Amino acid sequence: MKLRIFRVVTLIAAGAFFLVPIGAMFEFSTRGVGENSPRTLANWKAILDFPELVGPLTPNSSGIIASLELAAITSIATLVVLVPTMVWVRLRLPRLRRVIESISLLPLTIPAIVLVVGFWPMYQWMGINFNDSILTLTFAYIILVLPYAYRALDAGLAAIDVKTLSEAARSLGAGWPTVMWRVIVPNISSALLNASLLSVALVLGEYTIANNLLYPNLQVEIVSLARTNAGVSIAVAVASLLFAFGLLVGLSFVGSGPRRQRARVRERLVQTFGRDLSGGTR
Amino acid sequence: MTAAAGTGGRTGVEVRLEDLRRRYAGVTALDGLNLTMAPGELVALLGPSGCGKTTALRLLAGLEEADGGRVVIAGEDVTNVPANKREIGMVFQAYSLFPHMTAMQNVEFGMQLHDVGAAERRKRAGDMLELVGLSAHVHKYANQLSGGQQQRVALARALAIEPKVLLLDEPLSALDARVRARLRDEIRRVQLEVGTTTLFVTHDQEEALAIADRVGVMNAGRIEQLGPPTTIYSRPATPFVAEFVGLTNRLAGTVKGGEVEVRGTRLPLVKPDTADGPAIALVRPEAVTMAADGDIIPGPMVGTVIATVFLGATSRVTVDLGDITVLAQLPTSDATSLTAGTRVRLAMRRDPVLIARDEKASTEA
Repeated sequence: MKLRIFRVVTLIAAGAFFLVPIGAMFEFSTRGVGENSPRTLANWKAILDFPELVGPLTPNSSGIIASLELAAITSIATLVVLVPTMVWVRLRLPRLRRVIESISLLPLTIPAIVLVVGFWPMYQWMGINFNDSILTLTFAYIILVLPYAYRALDAGLAAIDVKTLSEAARSLGAGWPTVMWRVIVPNISSALLNASLLSVALVLGEYTIANNLLYPNLQVEIVSLARTNAGVSIAVAVASLLFAFGLLVGLSFVGSGPRRQRARVRERLVQTFGRDLSGGTR
Repeated sequence: MTAAAGTGGRTGVEVRLEDLRRRYAGVTALDGLNLTMAPGELVALLGPSGCGKTTALRLLAGLEEADGGRVVIAGEDVTNVPANKREIGMVFQAYSLFPHMTAMQNVEFGMQLHDVGAAERRKRAGDMLELVGLSAHVHKYANQLSGGQQQRVALARALAIEPKVLLLDEPLSALDARVRARLRDEIRRVQLEVGTTTLFVTHDQEEALAIADRVGVMNAGRIEQLGPPTTIYSRPATPFVAEFVGLTNRLAGTVKGGEVEVRGTRLPLVKPDTADGPAIALVRPEAVTMAADGDIIPGPMVGTVIATVFLGATSRVTVDLGDITVLAQLPTSDATSLTAGTRVRLAMRRDPVLIARDEKASTEA
């Protein structure tokens, strides 16, 4: 009983810790202009009137779209780089695991502003010789999300016998791309989702690097907007928080049991009809 | 040697490992291993941990690269052919079913990669699962199958691609004793049925002797002896084989004139040209007989029973001779009266014995 009360109290306290500031922000964003004015969604409606937030993606105006694109590209690029590397290290260079792990943790120990100092000359060069699109921030963000994505993927790979599964697939005739795509990836889908969630959340909330490298992502635009219209700025902040929260909850449900559900359905069909009517191989 | 002909429409191929060498960080795992497997034959590599048996199998599978030597399958040198092009089926020690696939999908996986049509694939997968007795479990995932069932699916999966060679890397070691014995017999039945040349790696001598056409006993990266199970057991070529396979009494004696004298009994030698001098004779427990009737006059072969272990049709009796203990294996009907404390007189059958030098006499169990 005491434990239950403790759990409830902890849940309420944690909920309050997260929800009270968001509630306060929402309250602020819906205030009317005058002291006794009624509640209004004017600030929320005005979000669409700011092209720097929701306008088309150009080198100088981006906002929400840019951050969403950065989140998508960063999480995909991180997985494309990290998963084969980590699998290869586990299979062929197990002694390097600790080294790779240490390197992947470095971005956590280096302050963002120090990273910016390091990135600055590289981005200057890229701007002149390659491209100065805001999407080039992906390179910096891949480094930024590395520790979180590495941890998530490492936990996923530790949960399966990568060596035996890949050797079994190889002995059956699978090349390395097939091993990765058809054997490893489906078995670490939860880890891939977790890594993606962390990457998306981190990129959507990133301010320091974008601001100092002079790229206007969502957070930079929110801060900039706050100087001219605090109400809209707070509305955008709440909206982006809720969006990120919704995205994370949504992603966490993806792939969390269709296999078991299918297995249960098959079992029931077999029990009922004496054979499987649910189709063949996937 | 038996070269089992395939009854399932397949014929095995010859496999040759020629002077295979492999070192790991300065440690020699394989030291010039040579092995030729006849088409359809099942060879078991038996040996203690670290003797190189699994390394040999992995080199044959292409999962590791040899430092030297050649792997020849069906007359073709495949030493530099990658694992996925060698047409080899393999069952691993660890459970290796793909967890996100059903038993059926696991078996179909290899065939998909070999471009077998969907209808043919399903039929063959069904046949293979039936062959290993799992028709009722085709839609189950690995976590819904027992360890024995998983290994049987793995066997079906390996055979479904109609491999040139089947490799079994201690596939039974994670299973309990009853399942292990049953599955061992099933593996042999299936192997005889499909006629695939098979290399079976194990550290369990009972398993190796029961299943194989020939057994290769490995030690320090080499095959010490290769032969039919009966020869390996009854005519071990080296002291290592004698001691690794089965139980052996190590009895101090003296070699003289092509025979060894052990506690007053002269025994012929496996190698009659052994130099004269003190030696340790390796005597099998079943070569020791005993009598408990009549007057037991003290002598070098008279002692006291200290334990009798019932093994089913036979019993193992431990006799204390004062300075050493000796194991004897007798029919249980002869051993029932030999309770602890019984005075007995031992005798040794004149089977040829092997000699191990420069060690103290003791009894090895």
